[in-house]
Amino acid sequence: MSDSMNAPHPIRDTSGDQTMTQAPATETPVRAQVRDLKFWYGKFQALNGVSMPIYDRKVTAIIGPSGCGKSTLLRCFNRIHDLYPGSRYNGEINLAPEGVNLVDKGIDPILVRLLVGMVFQKPNPFPKSIFENVAAGLYVRGIRNRTEVEGRVEEALTQAALWNEVKDRLSKPAFELSGGQQQRLCIARALAPKPKLLLLDEPTSALDPIATAKIEELMDSLVKDVTILIVTHNLSQAARISKYTAFMHMGDLIEFAETEQLFTNPAVSRTQDYVTGRFG
Amino acid sequence: MLFACAALSVAITAAIVWVLVSESWMFFSQIPLVTFLTDTQWTPVFTNARYGILPLLTATLWAAGIAMAVATPLGLVLSIYLSEFAGPRVREILKPILEMLAAVPTVVFGYFALLFLTPLAKQFIPGLSGFNLLVPGFVLGIMILPYVVTISEDAMRAVPMTLREGAFALGMSRWRTAFSVVIPGAFSGVTAAYLLAFSRAVGETMIVAIAAGQNPNLTGDPREGAATITAYIVQMSLGDLPHGTLAYSTIFATGLVLFVITLGFNVLGFVLRRKFREAY
Amino acid sequence: MADHPSEKRIVAKAKVQDLSFSILGIIVLFFAMAMLATLIGDLLADGLGRISKQFLTDFPSRRPSEAGILSAWVGTTLVMFVTALLAIPLGVGAGLYLEEYAPRNWLSDLIEINVSNLAGVPSIIYGLLALGFFVYGLGMGQTILVGGMVLALLILPIVIVATREAVRAVPSGLRESAYGIGCNRWQVVWQYVLPSARPGILTGAIVGLSRAIGETAPIITIGALTFIAFLPPSPIQASPPFVNADWLTSPFTVMPIQMFNWTSRPQAGFHENAAATGVLLLGMTLIMNGFAIYLRYRLRRGLRS
Repeated sequence: MSDSMNAPHPIRDTSGDQTMTQAPATETPVRAQVRDLKFWYGKFQALNGVSMPIYDRKVTAIIGPSGCGKSTLLRCFNRIHDLYPGSRYNGEINLAPEGVNLVDKGIDPILVRLLVGMVFQKPNPFPKSIFENVAAGLYVRGIRNRTEVEGRVEEALTQAALWNEVKDRLSKPAFELSGGQQQRLCIARALAPKPKLLLLDEPTSALDPIATAKIEELMDSLVKDVTILIVTHNLSQAARISKYTAFMHMGDLIEFAETEQLFTNPAVSRTQDYVTGRFG
Repeated sequence: MLFACAALSVAITAAIVWVLVSESWMFFSQIPLVTFLTDTQWTPVFTNARYGILPLLTATLWAAGIAMAVATPLGLVLSIYLSEFAGPRVREILKPILEMLAAVPTVVFGYFALLFLTPLAKQFIPGLSGFNLLVPGFVLGIMILPYVVTISEDAMRAVPMTLREGAFALGMSRWRTAFSVVIPGAFSGVTAAYLLAFSRAVGETMIVAIAAGQNPNLTGDPREGAATITAYIVQMSLGDLPHGTLAYSTIFATGLVLFVITLGFNVLGFVLRRKFREAY
Repeated sequence: MADHPSEKRIVAKAKVQDLSFSILGIIVLFFAMAMLATLIGDLLADGLGRISKQFLTDFPSRRPSEAGILSAWVGTTLVMFVTALLAIPLGVGAGLYLEEYAPRNWLSDLIEINVSNLAGVPSIIYGLLALGFFVYGLGMGQTILVGGMVLALLILPIVIVATREAVRAVPSGLRESAYGIGCNRWQVVWQYVLPSARPGILTGAIVGLSRAIGETAPIITIGALTFIAFLPPSPIQASPPFVNADWLTSPFTVMPIQMFNWTSRPQAGFHENAAATGVLLLGMTLIMNGFAIYLRYRLRRGLRS
């Protein structure tokens, strides 16, 4: 364990009660602040008051054993839970500087989803052409000008490192792409409307190692422009790609810290047990 | 032994084809196929008999076409509403009501068309005869509605939830999700529903036999009455039909035409449905 | 919030879209329900007054006020008896075979395609089959037996499909544990699979029979007479062997035919009779379907808990 890594860190954050939240070394602007977020599926409480910052243009990973609530937490960020009856939120996810509480009942979920993009576990391209897939989010936002749409489709596909592979067959059905390409297409689809926040829910769990490596590489370049929140059950992936990591267990946020810190010198013993493979 | 039960279904089909072909053999040996398909009059029991199926065929297509014009928009709206908008409780109440509608005996629909709706419609539609194609066509449309809705709703619900989540995550409304993701995804299944429903409308007997009249009439005006293929078969069966006469064989010749048309649409519908099931 | 005026507009537009479509959906639903309600109301208004003991115990007559449906409902009952006796065992057998025994080959594929196409064959074509094959081909005449057979063929696909679905819904754990205690395939199917698939099969059989009760076209096609002023011989007799099969070869009429016949008469009095028959017919099919829906509902709840 090197000195340079843990020396200047103040240990406690004001919002943390049972949560160990360590602030970063240099002042990075916060893009979103989760405060005491609780969530229920019907009577079952899946999140027990989670608080953590999401730093601007950084990758934040959420890890934890299956059923710990990591996906549930991620899906609160774009209110996709609202599709299913019986979901209930309490607390805040404040988007800064917009000052919108994403889980506020008064905020329409559609507005939230216009601000936040999401990529799912399994690639889910729409039954349309490659071009129409990427343009779908633009149409939703009323962008119909042909030149503008074409420009932004190209831009998004380039960002998703897919442009060179598909530029000659934009009008072909998206189903014809390979699994890895489909997932990058879904990333491009989420990027095209320029979201404030990009959510990735285990985006590589259905992909082979080569496709996974490509997407991890991609995240490195994406994070220059967009704030990324990723759920993964692959600890080494979290270690490779994220700047910050949150460890969750049974609906609680156990620890939030810089990734290196969390993996090499966690403040909580349960985190230690998990990252060293003693449970989960 | 169980195999015999299953093989019976194949035997039934074979028997249908054999009966239709063998009994209409005499007809086609006396009336050239070209005359049958192109003559514009159908008067098999007149002394100066003419054997052109066009009047029966056009009346059949008018009635089925009007039925589709009623059932297509209503069925589309209802199936989208049930699959994408209504909650599970609403669906649980409404689907049985649709099944009840499907259970109404067609002779009752025929009574309703002839003795209730036609007198009512006469007040609004000038020139409507007591027997006409318009009202039975409309009632046919109501009759096939539950059928259309059930099959297309099944197809829409078979579209994976992950696709819908992807659409909602882009900020799409339910309406836009339905039209730009669910319907394209369920397209072959929904098309199959309409093909099967059309085939059913073509083959339906009692509604048209009661309310469209039994007079062969090559017409472009659905306000007039005209016998469909099925109505003709009913009419001939009601009279005393000596076995082995040319008049007797006409009902098998027209029945063969009916069988070929419905079989064509059924097979097409079946193939599309199967293709759709394989896609998901 | 004020920072996103255009997003606000998008959200507002989306809400308007969803709301308008919901309203449209509800309007169409009400329209469909209103059609059903009007139909039932019209029948009741026209026919309820005619339903009496006399209506059920009289034969058809030239005078509408003296006509009744005795021969029709007796005919319907007997024909349905034959239909159920044929369609249920054959349909269940075929369904079991396809689901439990059929090898995966072109023949099973053919049978499967065939069953689903048979379900789409117009009922009047079944009537032509019966006319050409049973009535004349085999010389069986226009009898209750032929009527029951043609309706049995007609609803066979419904029973087959229902059986297959019910058998498929039997948890595979049940099957495996039955094999595990040493049952052979025959025992597994008859002692475990079939009993637990019974409610589903019953539902399918009821739906099929309710369809058969209302079917008119195939019965007309086989040339069943519409003016029958006598009853078939009774299936039960006082002297041994107590049952007889003469009724199977008797001419007959059924309720939908009687209704069709009265509907096509010009006199309003007969229309009342038609409506009264329609009320009874509709009542029977709706009760049968209601019962099937209830069975299925209970079945689903049972599976969930």
